[in-house]
Amino acid sequence: MSTSAGTPRLNRTYSWVSGLTAIAISTVVFIVPFIFIFFTASKTTIESSLLEFTPPTEWAFFENLVEVIQTRDYILVTAFVNSTIITVGSVALMVVVSALVGYVLQRRKSRLNPLINFLVLAGLIVPPAVVPTIWVMQGLGIYKTLHGLIFVEVAFGMAFCILMFRAFVSTIPRELDEAAVMDGAGPIRLFFKVIFPLLKSVIVTVIVVQSVFVFNDFQNPLYFLPGDQGATVQLTLYNFQSQFQTSWNLLFMDILLITLPMLLMYIFFNRQIVAGMTSGAVKG
Amino acid sequence: MWFYLPAAIIYGVLFVVPTFASFYFSLTRWTIFDSEFIGFDNFVTFFSEPFLFDSLVNTMIFAVITSGAKVVLGLLFAVFLSSQIIARGWLRSVVFFPVLVSAVGIGVTFSVLMDPFDGLINQALGWFGVDGPGWLTDPDLALISVAMVDVWRGVGIATLIYIAGVVAIPQEYFEAAKVDGANATKSFWHITLPLMRPATTTVIILSLIGGLRSFDLIWTMTRGGPGFSSDVLASVVYKQYQAGFYGLSTAGNVVLFLLVAAIIIPLFWFLNRKEVDQ
Repeated sequence: MSTSAGTPRLNRTYSWVSGLTAIAISTVVFIVPFIFIFFTASKTTIESSLLEFTPPTEWAFFENLVEVIQTRDYILVTAFVNSTIITVGSVALMVVVSALVGYVLQRRKSRLNPLINFLVLAGLIVPPAVVPTIWVMQGLGIYKTLHGLIFVEVAFGMAFCILMFRAFVSTIPRELDEAAVMDGAGPIRLFFKVIFPLLKSVIVTVIVVQSVFVFNDFQNPLYFLPGDQGATVQLTLYNFQSQFQTSWNLLFMDILLITLPMLLMYIFFNRQIVAGMTSGAVKG
Repeated sequence: MWFYLPAAIIYGVLFVVPTFASFYFSLTRWTIFDSEFIGFDNFVTFFSEPFLFDSLVNTMIFAVITSGAKVVLGLLFAVFLSSQIIARGWLRSVVFFPVLVSAVGIGVTFSVLMDPFDGLINQALGWFGVDGPGWLTDPDLALISVAMVDVWRGVGIATLIYIAGVVAIPQEYFEAAKVDGANATKSFWHITLPLMRPATTTVIILSLIGGLRSFDLIWTMTRGGPGFSSDVLASVVYKQYQAGFYGLSTAGNVVLFLLVAAIIIPLFWFLNRKEVDQ
């Protein structure tokens, strides 16, 4: 940006000096905690209890890995299975139901639209009422079940997805709908054969962003899926926090394991994540 | 029309119904099996018990600090990260990284880093001869410490929203200003800042909503302690729920709802109106 006015040479100096300073500072502030996690996860129990920021003198990475997985009857494996089911299930459901709403909301102008828009905004703002939700879920017999939590995640994440889809549908020309109708497509065929494939890029964005939210979610599983049977990865960390008070190496190994999937996702999908978190937000 | 149906059922049953039910249940003494109507007693309890009422104040402090810091830091980072510096892409990724880590993971990590004696932060301060405070053990400091960690975690989103805004400013504005003799500081105050209003609105609203509802980080780092010094509404809701006071817990939920509505709706209206005026 031209705010850094000056001769080309001065600009080069600026670019290097401030760039290097920023790299140094950002490394200390943002990278050191991650290295700390890795180092501590690789130490022996005794060394990790010193809480020092040093490379392990004795690497115990695999021992710790095996031990953490075996803890409490392989609860971490259960948790990874549960978290995967919940994330995949709720994100898939969220995408389909909100794409339907986003599409109709953008295309049909009806008297209901203001009400629906209001409900969508409310979904972004209103904090969910916890105990009454448990009460409703108990009434339906879906409290403490995986599919119960999936529905809850869908209900809470839907508003954001609808906004994303509505904004994107407005860029698809109406003529496409009309042509399909002329060719005799019913509303379901029209949506799933014509519109849905065109939404591909925004669907990828929604999937990636919502996966991060659902996978990292702590509060909803804590309330709606208590107990070892339904442990999610975030809950294992929370439970280990009291159990492993003296074994920091195992605790940090768990942090490492549950953080890795989302960091890998960022490496592959960083453009979609960034687009989703900023553009979706701006429209909200 | 039935395209709305699946979404409407899920949303209606699991979000709208509980929200309306919460208004009724907040007026009851409630075990999950039966409820007894007791009028406004829960709210009277809530506002007369200091440890409950303080959570309301703490919630506001937490939301204002985090949201303010995210606006200021986010804007500064964004201006800096859109200027001509080396390793720009790398720096942007680094600032964004923590957004992807779960609050629980960050909470546990920082409660270790903030350990008053052996924690890395106080050790580092020790090298400079500074005696670091008990970040999470000092009642006056605990809430602020958690707020700082929340900023650390969330500033990446604010920065990205601002970068999108800064990049959209036409270069001609800066060139014209340069011709008129404006320096970098002046350009920032008179061009960048006014044009960042829509982005600022977004950042403020988003981080206030997040801050007011914040639970994960506070719960993993302090459990609302020491004492009740870092309790916020969301953690009170959880504590009362655990203790079996469902009516009181729901009343806390309603207070949180009213607080969010009372802050966000006027703000939304005010910030958006200002935009139209310009």
